[in-house]
Amino acid sequence: MSDYILEMNHITKAFSGVKALDDVNLKVKKGEIHALCGENGAGKSTLMNVLSGVYPHGTFDGDVVYKGETCAFHNLKDSEGKGIVIIHQELALSPLLSVAENVFLGNEQLITKGVIDWTKTRQRATEMLSKVGLEHEDVNVPVSSLGVGKQQLIEIAKAMAKKVELLILDEPTASLNDEESKNLLDIMLELKAQGITCIIISHKLNEIEYVADAVTIIRDGKTIETIYKGVDEFTEDRVIKGMVGRELTNRYPKREGVEIGETIFEVKDWNVYHPDDANRQVLKNINFKVRAGEVVGLAGLMGAGRTELAMSIFGHSYGQKISGQVFIHGKEVKMPTVKDAIESKLAYVSEDRKGNGLVLIGDIKENMVLAARPQYFSNKGVIKGSEEILAAQEYKEKINVKATSIEQVVGSLSGGNQQKVVLAKWMLTQPDVLILDEPTRGIDVGAKYEIYCVINDLAKAGKAVIVISSEMPEIIGTCDRAYVINEGEIAGELSGEEITQERIMQHIMAHNRKGEN
Amino acid sequence: MEKKKIANLDMKQYGMFLALVAIYLIFAILTGGANTSPANINNLVMQNGYVVILAVGMLLCVLTGNIDLGVGSVVAVTGAAAGIILVDYKMNMWVAILIALLIGLATGVFAGAFIAYLGIPPFVVTLATMLMGRGLTYTLLQAQTKGPLPDNFVFVGAGFLPTMKVGGIDLVSIIVAIIATIAVILSELKSIKTKKKYGFALNPTWQIVLKDAVLLFIIWFFFYKLACWNGLPFVLLLMAILVAIYAFITSQTVAGRQIYALGGNRKAAQLSGINTNKVFFWVYVNMGVLSAIAGIVLAARNASATPKAGDGFEMDAIASCYIGGAAVAGGAGTILGAVVGAFVMGILNNGMSLCGLTTDIQKIVKGAVLLGAVTMDVLSKRKKG
Repeated sequence: MSDYILEMNHITKAFSGVKALDDVNLKVKKGEIHALCGENGAGKSTLMNVLSGVYPHGTFDGDVVYKGETCAFHNLKDSEGKGIVIIHQELALSPLLSVAENVFLGNEQLITKGVIDWTKTRQRATEMLSKVGLEHEDVNVPVSSLGVGKQQLIEIAKAMAKKVELLILDEPTASLNDEESKNLLDIMLELKAQGITCIIISHKLNEIEYVADAVTIIRDGKTIETIYKGVDEFTEDRVIKGMVGRELTNRYPKREGVEIGETIFEVKDWNVYHPDDANRQVLKNINFKVRAGEVVGLAGLMGAGRTELAMSIFGHSYGQKISGQVFIHGKEVKMPTVKDAIESKLAYVSEDRKGNGLVLIGDIKENMVLAARPQYFSNKGVIKGSEEILAAQEYKEKINVKATSIEQVVGSLSGGNQQKVVLAKWMLTQPDVLILDEPTRGIDVGAKYEIYCVINDLAKAGKAVIVISSEMPEIIGTCDRAYVINEGEIAGELSGEEITQERIMQHIMAHNRKGEN
Repeated sequence: MEKKKIANLDMKQYGMFLALVAIYLIFAILTGGANTSPANINNLVMQNGYVVILAVGMLLCVLTGNIDLGVGSVVAVTGAAAGIILVDYKMNMWVAILIALLIGLATGVFAGAFIAYLGIPPFVVTLATMLMGRGLTYTLLQAQTKGPLPDNFVFVGAGFLPTMKVGGIDLVSIIVAIIATIAVILSELKSIKTKKKYGFALNPTWQIVLKDAVLLFIIWFFFYKLACWNGLPFVLLLMAILVAIYAFITSQTVAGRQIYALGGNRKAAQLSGINTNKVFFWVYVNMGVLSAIAGIVLAARNASATPKAGDGFEMDAIASCYIGGAAVAGGAGTILGAVVGAFVMGILNNGMSLCGLTTDIQKIVKGAVLLGAVTMDVLSKRKKG
């Protein structure tokens, strides 16, 4: 018997031929807090889904050894039965049910089969809450009346109620403020003292440094290394090096002969508050500008506020109490609606193409002309049918959408081709400024290259292009200049050769530290 | 190399059309041809006029992914208002029509405002208008039937266009049939030309010829039977105009396509510059006005306003849309589909009545047909996906 509570050996998991995990090894000692680090898309969540049985035994290669025995979990219930509980970033609480009911959701305290024992539920819920520092909470109020920080703790209490031995936390502090985060991390240390093993996935390396005993770094679906506190050098810089130490090949087409002109897009003192919470400021005093022909990146980690920034500018599609000024071609423009934004020649390509970008049951043509129709493809409200067809066919050729015809339903296209349709939709509105939010998320390398070519063509045509991306190599490969955004503020600006993964991460870390002090 | 593109007729589009013909033929056998008599064809048009009008408006609601439960009650209220104005106040029929339309508009604005600007779910809002409208009708009419209504008003629901009878056959109907024939052929030629021009997939010639032959046969059968009776009912003209207008709006106008985009993906529509609240508002306002038109037609046909008028019409209209292939989740469906759906319901009603089945049994059959049609639609989609 080893002193490892969990050993994941040679895990390989592929999705339709693409390896998301490639021979990954993870060894966690009993009673430690083990951090899992890596860029977005490196495979951390996939690994945890393999562990918890979301991807059932048999759909991956390699084996999971838990407490000395090889496990074959087929679903979450199997792994929970063994005391492995995963808490996802999106909380799995039912907001209108009481705290007590949530703590025992799926694990009800019963009088007899199917009949709930409310007295016991409340008593035991109070007991569980005291283990996570919430002994003074009323267990009868609905969960939604508590803040996100407390909700996160209730999730942990829920795990405790399931007699957890191995607790997995996926980005537990992503939506918490500093005080709440600190509290959560201290609770983790307390759990550790009680003998519970934790795996934490986090981007906040300062937190990892604070709480973790060991860090396993995953990059591109492979384990790079595991470093131990007290044995190896255990610093943020060391972890960053492990996370980003990747070779850059020419995955990005060169942009040549582009003349960068005057500033045509400028945002001044932009402040935005959370749509559901008027006291929570999401974006603070953002200032940035983009010149004609320039590709500017907005770098940062997930949840840094980049999408919120773009959407709040684009027709106030996000947030409330928005203040600040936007200048296009030196003139201040007000864009309280998306229609105004389109008419001001601004375009925003959403990060969520299926949810926010496309009408999946509609055909290519309908999707392409949707935003441009009122301005360019109609006369007194009547559609100019043949002009639409010609335009859609032109763009289908131009950016190489692979489909049988423009009448093909968009839902049946591949991710890359769907993304091209969304791009075409916004190019058809003839914008001067384009914001591309995660333009290559979830699409294959070939399609990515084609999207980068489109970005280059847009720059050549003198447009101002803003690229939001969580993949740092993409920012480095495509942008002339980049702003680093962290926790709703601009943490730094980099241009040309300065844009490196290390510099970006350094800005983020420096900003995080500033926030703590 | 030019690859020849061939498409087969979209069975979803024509399936319901074939079902319509099949149901008609089955009842033709069951009733020993009674449902093919000129008088019955005329009845089919007059009995289904208001359902078609409602189905057209309902389709827009269904396209947004919702329904309007209040239409039956709005039909009753507007009919009652027209009846009171005509009988109690003895006012001009145009005044009655205008006021009925304004009441329909007002109910639409009422429902639309709650739905679009206060964000109340359409199901709840229109359930409320359904109850309120019915109650209001009983109050206005003091639970009595109001009638008889004057002849000039009755014309709207039961009148005929001028005729030119030659040997018992109306020439006007025949001329309309000829015009329709030319229109079908021309539009088919135009569609082939467009498809060739843009390199779209073409249907094999025999399919096109067969489809048009069936269509033309139905047109001639229909108009010949009408010509043998009293000629063209006014309701047919009204229906044709409304169907043409709404088919145009839904396929050829920015506003119409915005309804589809909204139903297909509300967030994407918003981020494409579509004011989705405005779309919701006008869809329900429109439904109110069309309900008023249906209310006028119904009162005119019955030559009276009754408190029970329009009872259950909302269900017929909703069922017509679904039978006609509209997606329950919204974003897909056609006006023509809804009209075909309305006639499927109409032919079922009519055929079963001629067979002597009670309305109770009719409801069971209609329910089963609705369930079957939607189930088939959902299953066929699942297979493709």
